[in-house]
Amino acid sequence: MTTTTPSAPTRARPYRGTKVRRQRVRAAWTFLAPMLVALALVAGWPLLRTFYFSLTDGTLSTLGDASFIGLENYLVYDDGAWYGLLTDPMWWRSVWNTLFFAVVSVSLEVVFGVIVALILNVEFRGRMLVRAAVLIPWAIPTIVSAKMWAWMLNDQFGIINHLLMTLGIIDAPIAWTASATYSMWAVILVDVWKTIPFVALLALAALQMLPKDCYEAAEVDGIHPVRVFFKVTLPLITPALMVAVIFRLLDALRVFDVIYVLTSNASSTMTMSIYARQQLVEFQDVGYGSAASTLLFLIIALATVAYLYLGRNRLQLGGD
Amino acid sequence: MASVTLDKVNKVFGHTPIIKDVDLDIGDGEFVVFVGPSGCGKSTLLRLIAGLESISDGELSIAGQVVNDLPPRERGVGMVFQSYALYPHMTVYENMAFGLKLAKTAKETIHERVMATARILQLEELLERKPKALSGGQRQRVAMGRAMAREPRILLFDEPLSNLDASLRVQMRNEIARLHQRLGSTMIYVTHDQVEAMTLADKIVVLNAGRVEQVGTPHELYQRPATRFVAGFIGSPTMNFLPATLVTGNDAGCRVRAAGIGELALPQDTAQQVAGEALTLGVRPEHLRLAEAAGDNAFEIVNVEYLGNEVYVYLEPKAGETLLIHRSEAPSPWRVGQKVALVPDPEQVHLFDAGDRALGVATARAVA
Ligand SMILES: Nc1ncnc2c1ncn2[C@@H]1O[C@H](COP(=O)(O)OP(=O)(O)OP(=O)(O)O)[C@@H](O)[C@H]1O
Ligand SMILES: [Mg+2]
Repeated sequence: MTTTTPSAPTRARPYRGTKVRRQRVRAAWTFLAPMLVALALVAGWPLLRTFYFSLTDGTLSTLGDASFIGLENYLVYDDGAWYGLLTDPMWWRSVWNTLFFAVVSVSLEVVFGVIVALILNVEFRGRMLVRAAVLIPWAIPTIVSAKMWAWMLNDQFGIINHLLMTLGIIDAPIAWTASATYSMWAVILVDVWKTIPFVALLALAALQMLPKDCYEAAEVDGIHPVRVFFKVTLPLITPALMVAVIFRLLDALRVFDVIYVLTSNASSTMTMSIYARQQLVEFQDVGYGSAASTLLFLIIALATVAYLYLGRNRLQLGGD
Repeated sequence: MASVTLDKVNKVFGHTPIIKDVDLDIGDGEFVVFVGPSGCGKSTLLRLIAGLESISDGELSIAGQVVNDLPPRERGVGMVFQSYALYPHMTVYENMAFGLKLAKTAKETIHERVMATARILQLEELLERKPKALSGGQRQRVAMGRAMAREPRILLFDEPLSNLDASLRVQMRNEIARLHQRLGSTMIYVTHDQVEAMTLADKIVVLNAGRVEQVGTPHELYQRPATRFVAGFIGSPTMNFLPATLVTGNDAGCRVRAAGIGELALPQDTAQQVAGEALTLGVRPEHLRLAEAAGDNAFEIVNVEYLGNEVYVYLEPKAGETLLIHRSEAPSPWRVGQKVALVPDPEQVHLFDAGDRALGVATARAVA
């Protein structure tokens, strides 16, 4: 007769030490190692170097003999006044611009992306064609589409001004990308135009996973379609939207190309990336530029952590 | 609570007719079961009544009102889907309350109704759970509760028990029957399980390829199937069919000869048939008797299944592939390899003409 005693013998064996488990751990590290090495080389090393440079007074031409100056690039008290990145109004303006751009453009992208996805989710003739067509803005390289829009938004020859004037909406051409009032909205417009397909595609995938029968149940129960959208569809696609938002947010917080092509270094649209590039490349101030880059990294990391923390329940919903 | 009337209802998908000229009267408070093989159009018919599909031709009335063009919500129906169709992100309580909130029902009324329904279906413990944390039977009950809470005039069920295991199925079957007694609402229930149909229905509608084969009480369908299809569909194990020829017959009875059985005197009215016509003899497994025999007319026993309370004996047929089945209470004296003669009870034999329609029992006897 074999009776298993749940006490001493079984518990005595150290769980961690089983052979199978050790093998699994080894296999896991074997598979992870190449990825970790690659990440360390292409992400970890540059990050560390940037952080190091931010603590020096290096310039593009004197990188070799840059000397360590501590946190002076960030903040320094000198002669009764504070200096450094943290006191630069232009830097804070860039931070604000970046956050504004990120929040507004990502919000608009999600709203319009979901609307486009809802349209694409309806059965109609030529749906496949429309689906492919919707992807075009996403497929065009940002530089190309930004250049394209720059021409269309051109104050003298641009088709946008031409159209608006023909329709009688405006009297005089507007310098969309040069005016301090409109340039931020112009870059948001272009970014939204370009990224709606991405959000729409993710939302569409989520929509197609939705249980059809729930909608029939709602129909029989006589629930208004708008209510069904907000109470059933939206909660069910939220996990997918959360993923779309995090991708987009990370992208938007380090936005560079769209804005650089459309408005160059204009202060009304200057973002953290553009600010850092200007310091590093134009002013050749590697130390100061690296400090900006380091802060940029910290802000993005902070935003991501905050987002993941706030959205943890919603994201978990998707893990079911 | 309401009656439902279908008048020459047709449904065409593309160019394929799926429901063909269905006429049906469902009385107020009746429990009607649609049965039929897979793909015969049971779900489609139910969805037509619910309003989830539009009727191609004909007329559908609920409580005397033609509802062909009314959307589902104005028909006063509740539906329990085969897949339950619960909202995955809502708790049991929210699932049941969701359909009520729309009706601008006062908050307390909603709460009372949900709680009352939960009590009937024994869901009180589960109200805060999400569907994924429920067992199949519990989800099933929630789906029923959601449909019931709205107090619809008509409850529609589409194979609600098909995802459950055998014992839960029996239990839920009983609960549904009791529910019907308690609520007294009109219920239309789709299943392909003839046991469910027999046990639950006031009235069974047998569908075959989009047509109504027969409508009747479970007893009528068992005792007097109108067609060979119904005869084969109702009853388990299924009825035995043997090819036969008419020897003589008139409106008071007939004599037929069947391979392996010989000549039988039967009470069926064969006034419309001519001698020598090919017929089909139908005998339920429980209405057969076996006797030891030898020679050409004997059937060989190829398998014996012991089920505890009863025994199925399978016999090699004289024609065709389908084994003949004999059913009796256990214990059974029969063994594989034995040769036996079939002795059908003439009172319990069904006779079908070449068009598979049942021949009626001569009137004098039918009355008796
Ligand atoms: N939307 C549709 N378009 C085209 N054909 C359909 C559609 N819905 C059902 N059918 C067809 O109608 C026929 C009947 O389908 P239905 O779902 O009513 O069968 P059923 O009797 O419920 O079968 P089951 O027991 O398998 O559920 C099938 O042949 C099916 O292919
Ligand atoms: Mg079905």
